[in-house]
Amino acid sequence: MTAAPGWATAQSLPAPEVVRLRVNGRDHEVTCRSDTPLLYLLRNDLDLRGSRFGCGLGQCGACMVLLDGHPTPSCDLPAWAAAGHEVVTVEGLADDEGMQALQRSFLAHQAAQCGYCTSGILVAACALLRADPCPGRATVAGALERNLCRCGSHGRVLRATEEAAGSLRAARGLPGAERTAGTDGPADRATRSADDRRSDDATGAGR
Amino acid sequence: MVVPEAGAVPAEHPIRPAPGPGDGAGTLLSQWVELRPEGRVLLRIGKVELGQGIVTALAQIAAEELDVDWSRVEPVPASTDAGPDEGLTAGSRSVMDSGGAVRTVCAEVRRLLLSVVSRRTGIPVGELQVHDGAVRDADGVARGDYWSLVRPGLLDVAVTGTAPPKDPARHTVVGRSVPRRDLEAKLAGAPAFVHDLALPGQLFGRVVRPPSPVARLVTVDDRPARALPAVLAVVREGSFLGVVADREEEAVRAAEVLRRCATWQEPDACAEVDPVPETVGRPAEETAVERRSDRSAGARVADVVRTAYSRQPLSHASIGPGCAVAHWNGDQVSVWSHTQGVHPLRRALAACLRVDPDRVVVHHVPGAGCYGHNSADDVAFDAALLARSVPGRPVQVVWSRDDEFAWEPVGPAMVVEVAVGVDDRGDLVTWRQDAWGAGHDSRPGFAGQPGLLGAWHAADVAAVPAADPPLAVGGGTGRNATPPYDVADLDVRAHRLLETPVRTSALRGLGATMNVFAIESAVDDLARSAGADPLDYRLRHLPDERAREVLQVAADSAGWRSRRPGDPVGWGLAYSRYKGICGHCAVVARVEAVSEVRVTDLWVAVDVGQVINPDGLANQIEGGAIQATSWVLREQVVLDRHGVASRDWDGYPVLRFPDVPEVHVRLVPRPAEPPLGAGEVTGGPVAAAVANALADALGVRVRDLPLTPERVAAAIESS
Repeated sequence: MTAAPGWATAQSLPAPEVVRLRVNGRDHEVTCRSDTPLLYLLRNDLDLRGSRFGCGLGQCGACMVLLDGHPTPSCDLPAWAAAGHEVVTVEGLADDEGMQALQRSFLAHQAAQCGYCTSGILVAACALLRADPCPGRATVAGALERNLCRCGSHGRVLRATEEAAGSLRAARGLPGAERTAGTDGPADRATRSADDRRSDDATGAGR
Repeated sequence: MVVPEAGAVPAEHPIRPAPGPGDGAGTLLSQWVELRPEGRVLLRIGKVELGQGIVTALAQIAAEELDVDWSRVEPVPASTDAGPDEGLTAGSRSVMDSGGAVRTVCAEVRRLLLSVVSRRTGIPVGELQVHDGAVRDADGVARGDYWSLVRPGLLDVAVTGTAPPKDPARHTVVGRSVPRRDLEAKLAGAPAFVHDLALPGQLFGRVVRPPSPVARLVTVDDRPARALPAVLAVVREGSFLGVVADREEEAVRAAEVLRRCATWQEPDACAEVDPVPETVGRPAEETAVERRSDRSAGARVADVVRTAYSRQPLSHASIGPGCAVAHWNGDQVSVWSHTQGVHPLRRALAACLRVDPDRVVVHHVPGAGCYGHNSADDVAFDAALLARSVPGRPVQVVWSRDDEFAWEPVGPAMVVEVAVGVDDRGDLVTWRQDAWGAGHDSRPGFAGQPGLLGAWHAADVAAVPAADPPLAVGGGTGRNATPPYDVADLDVRAHRLLETPVRTSALRGLGATMNVFAIESAVDDLARSAGADPLDYRLRHLPDERAREVLQVAADSAGWRSRRPGDPVGWGLAYSRYKGICGHCAVVARVEAVSEVRVTDLWVAVDVGQVINPDGLANQIEGGAIQATSWVLREQVVLDRHGVASRDWDGYPVLRFPDVPEVHVRLVPRPAEPPLGAGEVTGGPVAAAVANALADALGVRVRDLPLTPERVAAAIESS
């Protein structure tokens, strides 16, 4: 059976109206039906195309934005529910210290393949770094649990996020800055041999 | 139900198959390379970026042969308008084929430019050197540069393939981990995908798919949809039904209004739900994959071990659904698509739209990750058909998540039967393998068909069942069905089913995943029966030196000899060489089996000959290993009488961040060997290594994928 999102199958359509949104620190007015998912307004009306359509069901995280600071899928968030709240997209985080650390680290680790899920992951990771300056591997993985990646870039994303946290701590002179990525995660169980670390180095790993 | 010979779409312009692997023959240098006066090299390749980093690797090869800095090379996205026709980007062949062509072409461009300098200066070509495009003589005196030497028409000469490429020992760009070209923009959230295109005046189209693959559209009252202010057009052709609106969300709403107002006729079919038990013995086309007869072998056989392995259908499940933009201008249509082959798609579109292929232009724009024949080509047709109703306006179509799971071709369910004769020491003597399943190729152009979903619906004919690629290019059902081990008597057959309950086509690895899973599971059990360590047993039956080495490297990096099994931990290993000609891959898996199977670590060793970009390769290997772990632990397309029932991420769960194994990659360096395909090498060995590790942990063999808690429990119950 087909399973279209509820807003699309509603029998009665709300009349178009002016919806006021606050996105990336600026006020916007968009004329649309008030149950229109925020994602379409961001992409088509505000020309912010970094948040991506993956499922329309809030299941994959490709469209994640910060809603009052909380990572939230925008593909099934009605415009009326976003009104009156602070929406920040991946583009709006360009000057954020945490986002910049993440982008540098993701680039250094080449932590993507197709990159379609990347914006949503960066937004979720950015929120994590604000809440927890010193997240271990399991914490990072938990924070990204709602973000799906199909190409299998998970390992690099986890390492890159931990390393970004480390560089932020170092920049702020916080304790724990010396801790390097992966020292507390399942990566470093006893089975990880010295040989193996050499081989990771042999690939260059983009660093 | 997809039935054989049901309905070929009548084509005024018959579909020609794509050309074979390219060596540049029959093309001009200028089709590949353009040297710009400002010091840039435009590289036009027929291969497309699928998220695998191929464009970066090919740019490295070009920079190497031209002797220019890598940053000067700009790959131009593939288009039917310009550049060579290199068929499909598929089958792990891009570096092997396109890389070879780029190497040949660029070596020839370099030689041509040096001959210009030589004629002008009288200095023999052999005494000239190139440093980042600047030509110098033996004393280091500047003698011109590429950017001022090139004249219009200079490169309009045929590729001859006679310029010798650089000695790999002198490589400085190839073999280096350079960063991907496309990543910085993607990390900034900049527009990067066909989904992000916003052409002037662009409209939004959506298609209403039938309620099941056998349903036909009887009537539709399109008045309520047309009454929506945003709706510009409703398109109905046969059972193809769609809408165009000037706002995206209104197109989505209008499609749902249309769906409510449509009446479909649905014959009682699709009764079967689980495709696996119905696979063996069904009407099939049998292919002899390999036969090696040894009449004396039978006498040495002390025991014959018969086993069967299965998997359920798999979905591509890309994070972004199919998307395309089409724009009609008079009788000409331009299409922007994330297809794997712009030229094959152009031919298929032309046939279905009944226009001359010259009237169709297809531009490649990246989509979300591509792992085979997904919805990319289909949605391009949808966009072209809908856009025809609004001439002069571009129309973008994005499939819904529901349609993506329901209508993109799936990787077919398979059953592989293995019968192995062993001697009194437990060593291999005879091997018979029978691989069963639906075909792995229904791409545009297969069996003379356009292979576009919407065209079948528009023509009201059933989809034609998938074919298999020929054995010469690796086969489909029979891919990797021949064991790599020494066997005296060998009989390997592929059985491609002629009917299938769901549309099938190529998914990363095709039949190799299941055939390797079967071979490597069987070998593991045979080793155990023979009282041998699985590594030793494989080493003593593997004739290929590189195969043995890659196994040894994987085992060493995992600490195989010093592994400590014990409840609930298990260790397993596996090996294969993809298609028998691509890269060698060996995997050691460590699993923990408690309430569910958890793969904690994968050690993957690969030998792909010369490596163009080590980090790019490692990224591909890690990604392939994680994707294969997801297939093996979680994934199955669920079918019911309406077709695919698993239509969202709850119904089709994939591995998430907390579940992924740590992947440790080792690359065996072979700089002097030709580069071998790498993109699909991990699937089979990872699947088998995980299953072997599970068998090691539990003492029970699970032969049916995925390894869900239910299947594991059932295997324990029946043991």
